[in-house]
Amino acid sequence: MIVLEAVSHDFEDRPVLAEIDLALPERRIGIVGANGSGKSTFARLLNGLVLPKQGRVLIDGVDTARDVKAIRRKVGFVFQNPDHQIVMPIVGEDLAFGLKARKIPKGEIDTRIDAALARYDLGHLRERPVHLLSGGEKQLVALSAVLVTDPEIVVFDEPTTLLDLRNRNRVAAAIDALPHPAIVVSHDLELIAGFERVLMIEDGRVAADGLPGEVLPFYRERMR
Amino acid sequence: MTIGLYHPGQSALHRASAGAKLSALVVVSLALFVAPSIWVALASVPIAFAVYLATGAPFRRLMAQLRGPAILLGLVFVFHLAFGSVAEGVLAVTRFATLILLASAVTLSTPVSEMAELVEWGLGPLRPLGVNPEKVGLAIALAIRFVPLIAEEFRHIREAQAARGLAANPLALIVPLVIRTLKSADELADAIEARGYER
Repeated sequence: MIVLEAVSHDFEDRPVLAEIDLALPERRIGIVGANGSGKSTFARLLNGLVLPKQGRVLIDGVDTARDVKAIRRKVGFVFQNPDHQIVMPIVGEDLAFGLKARKIPKGEIDTRIDAALARYDLGHLRERPVHLLSGGEKQLVALSAVLVTDPEIVVFDEPTTLLDLRNRNRVAAAIDALPHPAIVVSHDLELIAGFERVLMIEDGRVAADGLPGEVLPFYRERMR
Repeated sequence: MTIGLYHPGQSALHRASAGAKLSALVVVSLALFVAPSIWVALASVPIAFAVYLATGAPFRRLMAQLRGPAILLGLVFVFHLAFGSVAEGVLAVTRFATLILLASAVTLSTPVSEMAELVEWGLGPLRPLGVNPEKVGLAIALAIRFVPLIAEEFRHIREAQAARGLAANPLALIVPLVIRTLKSADELADAIEARGYER
């Protein structure tokens, strides 16, 4: 379970998140908020990309500030722009990247890459240069590269923002089918409408927290 | 956009190890420059061309990749005509053509990860001097990964400027391109950390 205890954060003295106390046991949690509200920083706190200036973030009891290596193994992170997440030039090489970082044996790396690509019918792309893929294929490759490392939780930072409708639907279906607990930061309200819980972040604070049916109408009203 | 690097395939060249291919390339390079015979150099070009074709990459792509080097070799030949002799020009051009074809065959048939692993292995003995082979390997992979990203950014900036009626100006292109590339590099660094790579 994810727990935030009195978490505050600032960038160069500009407050970004203020005194957030939360326990997040649900399997599907959406995060909404205006640009600059602090929701991306919130997401980055969850796998130790950002460490809180005050307070603690605990993932299954592990403090992100104390053992970031363990946190990165537990929490996978899918970025908004797959071009800024995919490190290697060839699809298969990119999936191997995270596994090599974890010192997985070569034979097992091959097996895991095949299985991860098969999950989204991407096996034919294994030898394909990344820059020749469509936006949706890139986002699914980025997701596969996270899942191949077998995280316990997956955090998504605006995963459908750059996609056309068809690719958005592919990624939405992929998120929906994930067996992992997922936290999704998104402006795509339809994507998170079926989630168990939605948080609305405003000026670095949780302005609303509840079922999508309660929070999303409130959010729409605030954005008028 | 096609990047003139790895082309997936099942050829004998693809099956050979990166170390074997690069060693062979070094040996052939030395042999060509040690042997002063113009006939050896001339004979090496069709052989190297056959090796290049054996990568199995599409013929049009292979030919397109040779356009740039062909212009360069033409200039080398003209230089030798002006300041040396025809024989010297032919020798220089055939030697370089052979090396370019063979080096291209190696890059077309070798994934970046294998190249990076080879570099990491080769730099292993320098660890006591503070060299981090894994970082060098990653830097090579990232440099190649960034080529299409920078090309894409360049196209976007050029289109945005053209849409606002600005003529192509190298300075006006380079400044935003550098800024955007640095921003992308920052985000990629975050992703590398998020994916478990340890500094």
